[in-house]
Amino acid sequence: MKDRVRKIPDPLLRILVVFVLLIGGFLVVRFLLPPSFKDRTQHVKLTIESEMALPARYAGSGPCAECHEEAKVKQTGYHRTLSCETCHGAAKAHVDNPTDVKPVAPRKREFCALCHHFDMSRPTGFPQINPVAHNPMKPCISCHNPHDPKPPTVPQECQACHAEIARTKSLSPHALLECTTCHTVPVEHKVTPRATRASIPSDREFCGKCHGKGSAEVGPPKVDLAAHGEKYLCWQCHYPHMPEVK
Amino acid sequence: MQRRLFVRRLLSVMAISFGSLAVKLRAAAERAGIAEKRFGMGIQVDKCIGCGRCVEACKEENAVPLDPFYFRTWVERYIIRADGEVAVTNIDERITAARDAALEREVMRSFFVPKLCNQCDHPPCVQVCPVGATFSTPEGVVLVDDQRCIGCRYCIQACPYGARYLHPVKKTADKCTFCYHRTSKGMLPACVEVCPTQARIFGDLATTASPLTRFRRMNKLSVLKPHLNTEPKVLYSNLDGEVR
Repeated sequence: MKDRVRKIPDPLLRILVVFVLLIGGFLVVRFLLPPSFKDRTQHVKLTIESEMALPARYAGSGPCAECHEEAKVKQTGYHRTLSCETCHGAAKAHVDNPTDVKPVAPRKREFCALCHHFDMSRPTGFPQINPVAHNPMKPCISCHNPHDPKPPTVPQECQACHAEIARTKSLSPHALLECTTCHTVPVEHKVTPRATRASIPSDREFCGKCHGKGSAEVGPPKVDLAAHGEKYLCWQCHYPHMPEVK
Repeated sequence: MQRRLFVRRLLSVMAISFGSLAVKLRAAAERAGIAEKRFGMGIQVDKCIGCGRCVEACKEENAVPLDPFYFRTWVERYIIRADGEVAVTNIDERITAARDAALEREVMRSFFVPKLCNQCDHPPCVQVCPVGATFSTPEGVVLVDDQRCIGCRYCIQACPYGARYLHPVKKTADKCTFCYHRTSKGMLPACVEVCPTQARIFGDLATTASPLTRFRRMNKLSVLKPHLNTEPKVLYSNLDGEVR
């Protein structure tokens, strides 16, 4: 064997090595590499296919109403924009196997807090509560039905229509003031709200009754009306339902 | 005779080349027809309440590690103070801590901004990948092939939106896919599915009537970092100028 190899002239041997490497390389590329490694369209197609084959864990809002009455109740309430899975968690497994797999049903106060505890970054008017003042420790579901959440008493008087203002005011330093402290409301306003308007304060002296320097009221912060705020009316800087000053 | 032969040959060559051109054009048109869908997302910033349902649903749906520094989508809290200083926090870091810190100085305004991969039309992450592991699908969604990705993190560096992270188990780049396994079958992405205030709207940018198209008609829109010309397909309404 060794003799035979030795008989081959040296230059030929060297060139043979090169040829073996070339042919070997060709064979590896041709047969051993997967096609997706060489062809971009193949590779893209395979990745898209494997991505599409991933399992979904959220079932979407469609299937719930087939079995659950609550899905219909929810449609007309304030929670109508919520998907069932917003609170009950991923439920595809439950849809596939309704008897053995049950989705979660959050009952703790902390869960509702995720959306409804007061947070200054939340948009104005979004229903929020002050967790310290609002029935502390009591689970929300003892008063509110999560599928049709409402204040436990039907809103009376002003907040039946002006709910957003009422919610904002409830978190402000003016929370304890009645609406009628600042607005006089003719009886007709409740019948024809647009034809007969409730009054709104028209001058600085109105706010000055509580916030002016000489006012007899003890609690409210005081300013000198003559020096404070130049030509502007109070509510051009301070939103009366949520006055910003500390 | 020579001239006639020449003209005949010329005509036949022209006929063949025109024929093949027509076939090619038709094939291209068909390909364009398949890819007529273009996925996009609208985000109504002033509807986001920062509840974090989207973040949780995304992690559940896409098996994203639960540690608080791996996100395919996340929600930022912006706090702009009276002296102009801007504080940005991820809402997964204790909410109360951020609130208390913010109240030390007077707050001018504050809001939440949901973020995710912008699925750019000109994605910088795709350009820099040395092995071609990441690419745009015909719908315009940027995907990563975790079989091919070598975990070099160039794309994570290149993304101007910080939308990618290195998966701690797979050791490959991972990112939002617009829930491709759901949306390609007509379902909504998990984050859109669970959003309680419908702050997120998903749809096909190419349709004439859809919630997303209505959103685009009725709002003043902006995208993140428009000066980079990445052409994002995540559109924001009422976006504050301080948002980066």
